[in-house]
Amino acid sequence: MLEIKNLHASVDGSEILHGVTLKINRGEIHAVMGPNGSGKSTLAKVLAGHQGYEVTKGEVLLQGRDLFSLSPEERAREGIFLGFQYPVEIPGVSNMYFLKTALNEIRKHRGLEELDAMDFLAMVKEKMKMVNIDESLANRSVNEGFSGGEKKRNEIFQMLVLEPKLAILDETDSGLDIDALKIVANGVNSFRREDRAILLVTHYQRLLSYITPDRVHVLLDGRIVKSGGKELALELEEKGYGWLEGNAA
Amino acid sequence: MIELKEERNVYLSNFASLEKRLKEKRPAWLRAFCKDAISCFTELGFPTTRDEDWRYTSVAPIARTAFKPAVYQVNGWSPSRLADVTLGEVACTQLVFLNGHFSQELSSPGKLPEGVKAGSLASALDSDGGLLEEHLARYASYRRNAFTALNTAFVEDGAFVYLPKDAVVKEPIHLLFLSTASKDPAVCHPRNLIVAGSSAQATVIESYAGLEGGVYFTNAVTEIVTGEQSRIDHTRLQRESERAFHVATMEVSQHRDSAFASRSISIGGKLVRNDLNVLLNGEGCDCTLDGLYFAGGEQHVDNHTTIDHAKPHCSSRELYKGILDGKSTGVFNGKIIVRKDAQKTDARQTNNNLLLSEESLINTKPQLEILADDVKCTHGATIGQLDEEALFYLRTRGIGDAAARSLLTYAFASEIIGRIRIQPIQCRLDLLLSRSLSKGHETL
Repeated sequence: MLEIKNLHASVDGSEILHGVTLKINRGEIHAVMGPNGSGKSTLAKVLAGHQGYEVTKGEVLLQGRDLFSLSPEERAREGIFLGFQYPVEIPGVSNMYFLKTALNEIRKHRGLEELDAMDFLAMVKEKMKMVNIDESLANRSVNEGFSGGEKKRNEIFQMLVLEPKLAILDETDSGLDIDALKIVANGVNSFRREDRAILLVTHYQRLLSYITPDRVHVLLDGRIVKSGGKELALELEEKGYGWLEGNAA
Repeated sequence: MIELKEERNVYLSNFASLEKRLKEKRPAWLRAFCKDAISCFTELGFPTTRDEDWRYTSVAPIARTAFKPAVYQVNGWSPSRLADVTLGEVACTQLVFLNGHFSQELSSPGKLPEGVKAGSLASALDSDGGLLEEHLARYASYRRNAFTALNTAFVEDGAFVYLPKDAVVKEPIHLLFLSTASKDPAVCHPRNLIVAGSSAQATVIESYAGLEGGVYFTNAVTEIVTGEQSRIDHTRLQRESERAFHVATMEVSQHRDSAFASRSISIGGKLVRNDLNVLLNGEGCDCTLDGLYFAGGEQHVDNHTTIDHAKPHCSSRELYKGILDGKSTGVFNGKIIVRKDAQKTDARQTNNNLLLSEESLINTKPQLEILADDVKCTHGATIGQLDEEALFYLRTRGIGDAAARSLLTYAFASEIIGRIRIQPIQCRLDLLLSRSLSKGHETL
């Protein structure tokens, strides 16, 4: 599904990612873990096409296609979804209008007919229930005045509606209480399918108690220093990141 | 002051012929006003950028042009063009003016309660001379404003709306001013008077629209009096053609416990200046001024507002939003005066601007003169570009760059458009905005 090869990226001239290599197959869930400042969010944003990050070396293939030749919207239409660590508030744009526009752009790209208002509403209502989003949020402006937990659930809700091939969830678990965390995890688990892949970017092991990853990678100082199975997450929980620092060099 | 005598001479000779033509029609009291006004204009001349109130708006292109008085003509306003500017299916009273002159054939009467008058000012001079004498030219001073002076000197037609005590008009009253461009540049001076008696209530829409083509100049003055406890809801929609000049003054005088709400939307015109002055002349008045200006190309749009809190316990809310694209320029000057006696005044003013291009420019200035000590007054102005993070967010959901920009720009404007509760106007503005936004991006 996704192949990251020797990816180097920098912000304002200083390099953050120093050669990341990672391969995610269809149907897999990968977790990238690491302390603050290790480059986790940079990796997520580079994959989604944020203009503030410059790719200096390496390549990324999405189903064999060069990702960097695509604009953010083209990546989205090709099936990449980024769940934001800090979802953006957009006053004046209703949640539903926004989502319907997005979905129809993606459907158009996939050669599907645009959904009419009735079908859209029926589909959306069902998915709102899955992540316990109140219907009143639907007609409010995108993320405006949402609580932290509502914003994160709204990201998962959007993912469920847009049905991407690869979902990158950037610290979707941070700042959530245990109930919200379970809702988010349920949403992700229900999204899991043979033809989809998920990349979880997280600081904590906590989320991985509810979502079982196939692979866990440790990102330290812009490099993946260790990869392993789900048990690696538990080891990190126990020992922290310190014991791996020698590997970074 | 612009010292070119000849420019004024055009108006002087036009005034002389108008006076001759209207001799019989104008009552003596009005003739006196007109004479006084033309001499004020001669003395004042057109303002220049050396005048503080006109610092960022040069009216030299207006002063330089020898406009002829606009004449009545229907040419070009086909039913389909008209459908784009009328209120469509909405039941309303619609008064249509062509190049400043009332058009019986295009106007349509609506349901008006007993005693309510909505018609042409020219015919009201015959039928309601007393009312006009009491109010006309009593609020909009021509002593300091050359454009008001010109309008007053050339007063001939416009709308006259009168609501007697307790009259509640449910259907909106639409005053529609249409211009056709003629071969030679033409000027019209629409003059409107709206008088609401105590506890009366009405919704008035004032629209200006023009056909593309030549150059013309609309110089409008509207006076509004809101009696005790009355409520006037006013929407102003300026969609002049792209070569048009538009200067408009609105003078509102509020009596005790009255409420006045204004939404001023400015989209068209090459050079636009709107003056909106509200005098809160009784206790317990409420005044809401909302504005939206949207300019592109080489348009210039200037909004000057003054809210004069003359009496205690009044509140005013002002929100003007501007969107500037291309090489357009904008001015917002919001003056709030709180007089010595106007204790417990509660005034809030906000001006937000969105610059869509590198070359667009806005000058925004709040001007507070507070002479009372127990008041709440706040003001704030912002100038910004589209939020890059919001753009990125939309794009990561599959929405294209141009569409995302339009969506965010529209969202910025929607706060004001949403306050216009007249469905066809809302829809039309939605359409106009999205159309010009997408047009703008094609040229990028």
